[in-house]
Amino acid sequence: MSENRQLDFAEAIREAIRQEMVRDKTVFVLGEDVGKFGGIFGCTKGLLEEFGEERIRDTPISETAIIGAAVGAAVTGMHPIAELEFMDFIGCGMDQVFNQMAKIRYMFGGSMNVPVVLRTPCGSRYPVACGAAHHSQSLEAWFIHVPGLKVAVPSTPYDAKGLLISAIRGQDPVVFVEHKLLYYAKRMPKLREPYPSLIGHVPEEPYAIPFGKADIKRAGEDITLIATMMMVHKALRVAEDLSKMGVSVEVVDPRTLVPLDKETIINSVKKTGRVVVASEDAKTGGVAAEIATIIMEEAFDYLDAPVRRVSAMDVPIPYAPVLESTVVPQERHIREAVLELADQK
Amino acid sequence: MELDKQTLLQMYRNMLRIRYFEERLAEESAQGNIPGLLHLYVGEEAVAVGACTPLKKEDYITSTHRGHGHCIAKGGDLGRMMAELFAKETGYCKGRGGSMHIAAPDIGIVGCSAIAGAGIPIAAGVGLSIKMRGTDQVCVSFFGDGASNTGAFHEGMNLAAVWKLPVIYVLENNMYAISVAASKSTKLKNISDRAAAYGIVNVVVDGMDVISVYQAVSDAAARARRGEGPIVVECKTYRFRGHHEGDPKKGEIYRTKEEMEDWEKKDPIRKLADRIINDRKASQAELDSISQETIKEVADAVAFAKESPSPRPEDAASYLFVS
Repeated sequence: MSENRQLDFAEAIREAIRQEMVRDKTVFVLGEDVGKFGGIFGCTKGLLEEFGEERIRDTPISETAIIGAAVGAAVTGMHPIAELEFMDFIGCGMDQVFNQMAKIRYMFGGSMNVPVVLRTPCGSRYPVACGAAHHSQSLEAWFIHVPGLKVAVPSTPYDAKGLLISAIRGQDPVVFVEHKLLYYAKRMPKLREPYPSLIGHVPEEPYAIPFGKADIKRAGEDITLIATMMMVHKALRVAEDLSKMGVSVEVVDPRTLVPLDKETIINSVKKTGRVVVASEDAKTGGVAAEIATIIMEEAFDYLDAPVRRVSAMDVPIPYAPVLESTVVPQERHIREAVLELADQK
Repeated sequence: MELDKQTLLQMYRNMLRIRYFEERLAEESAQGNIPGLLHLYVGEEAVAVGACTPLKKEDYITSTHRGHGHCIAKGGDLGRMMAELFAKETGYCKGRGGSMHIAAPDIGIVGCSAIAGAGIPIAAGVGLSIKMRGTDQVCVSFFGDGASNTGAFHEGMNLAAVWKLPVIYVLENNMYAISVAASKSTKLKNISDRAAAYGIVNVVVDGMDVISVYQAVSDAAARARRGEGPIVVECKTYRFRGHHEGDPKKGEIYRTKEEMEDWEKKDPIRKLADRIINDRKASQAELDSISQETIKEVADAVAFAKESPSPRPEDAASYLFVS
C-alpha cells in the first residue's frame, strides 16, 4: 500500500462509487449529466465507460423524478446513488426527500428500507467562482430537521471515501453533502496552496468510516472549534495561525450531523470550556444553532463563556465577491470569534 | 373478453370485501372508534379490483390516501388492515402509518402516500428496479385526477416513458379533487390524453365496469412484461361517499344530488352481479353465500383489531433507522 496516495475530494468520491459498483451490482448512479459529462464536478468521470448506460444513468432535469425513482428502486432491492447537481435544486424534489425517503421506513412500521444515497454539492465557491443565490447555498440544516434522514458532511478526501462507502453499504437514506470548494484542489493552485489539507492520503482498498464518529482534526487545549466541510480547512488555518500567538485550538469535525457524535464534542468542551461552532449555512435555525444548544443542554456546567456561532449572514448569497465574502464566513470571522473567547480567559 | 367463473367470483368477492370493509369503517368512525381521517373507496371498487386481479403476487402497486381498496384488491389481510386503522401494533405498519400509509412489501404493496402524485415517480423507480433486476414483474401506480396536475405526474410519467419502464399508470378519475371539479383544473375531457405528450399510449375505460378495467390492465401488463413500456389507463369512476368521512352530506356542497344518484345507479358491484347472473356463470345463491362470508370476514377483522394491543409509548422512536 502506498503511504502517499494523494487524492482530492472528487477523486475520493469517484473511487468510492466505483469500488462499490464493482462490489455490488445493485448499486447504480442516476442524475443530471452523470454520464458522458462525468458529473458537473467530475465525480462520475469515467464511470459510464466502465459500467455502461444501464448503471450510470443520465436523467432529465427532473429532481422529483430523480429522487422519486431512487426511492422506488431502493424499496425494491436496488442501491441507488442519486446525484443532484447543486443543493439549491433540491427544493424542486423536496417532497420525495422529506415526505417519502425520510418517512417510508418509520411510517410503514419498519417493513421497508430505503437505501438511497443522495449526493449533493453545497456551499459558496468564493474565491473560485461566484455562484450567487441559486448555486451557493448550504442547506444541510433542513435535513437534520427531518427525522429519518442521515446527513453526512465530510471535509477531507479520506473521510469522503470512507463515509460514502458506509452510506452505500448501509440500509438507511443518506443526504451526502459535498462542499464544492473541496472538489477543486488538484485543479486549482489558488485553493491547494492555502489549504493543503484539501488533498490527502486515501488508501486504495475500500474502507468504511462509521457514521456518528467525529474526528479531532487538530488537538488543542484552550478553545474547541467545531467545524464542518470547508469550514474545517478554514478552521485548521486559523488554528495554525493562532498557535503562534499561544492560543491552542482544538478542531473537531463531526463528519456526520445525523447521527451526531455528541460524546466527542462534549469531551472537548469539558477540556476547553470555550466553544466556537463554524458552519457555512445561514445562522438562524442552522447547524451551529443545534450544536450550540446541545452543548448548552448537556455541558453547561463546563462552559466558561457563551458558545459562539460563526455562520452565514441571514441573507441570500450575493453575487459580488465583496458581498459574498462578507456573507459567507471566512477565516477572519472564525479568527475573530476564537480570539474574542480567548480574550475572555 | 370471456372470463372464467373463478375469476369473476374472485373479483365479486374482492369488490364486496372492499365495500363491506369501508362501510363498516364508516360506522366505526361515526362511533369514534377510529382515531384518524378516512378517505373511503366506496363506488370505485371496480378500479382496484379490475387492476389488481391480473397481477401476480410479486407484482407491485403504489397507492394513495384513498388506498384501502387497492390494498385489499392486491391481497391485503383485512385483519391487519383494520388493526392499522384502529392504530394497533398488529396492523400492517404497527400503528405508525394508519389509513393513508399502508404498506405490505411481501405482497407487492410498496406503500400508500398521502401526498397527491408522490407515487408516480416512485413507481417509475420500481419499474427501473424491475428492469435492472431483469424480472418480468410490473408495477401498477394508482393516482387520481387531482394528482395528475402535480409536477410529480409530469416528471414521473416522462421518466417512465423515456426509460420504457414496466409501469401501468391507473388514473382513477372520480371527477373531483376534494371539492374542485376536474373540469375546473384541466381543459382535457380525458386527462390521460396527456400521455401522448410523453410519447406513450393511453386507454380510457368505464371505471364502473370491473371487466373493462380488468381487460385494459391485463393488456397493459402483458405489454409491459414484453418490455413495451408504460401506459396510462384512465378509469372514469365516482366516489359514493365524501372526500373523507366528515365531508358534509357526502359532498353535496360541490356535487348535485342528481349527479350523485345517477352514479349510484352505476354501482359496480351490482353491475358485476347482474353480469354473472345473466351470463349464468353463477347462481344468486352462490353470490349470497360470498356476501355472507365477506360480512363475517369483516366482522372478524374488526374483532381482531379491537382485541389487539396498542403500540407502547416507549417504542415511539423504533423503526426510524435500520442501524
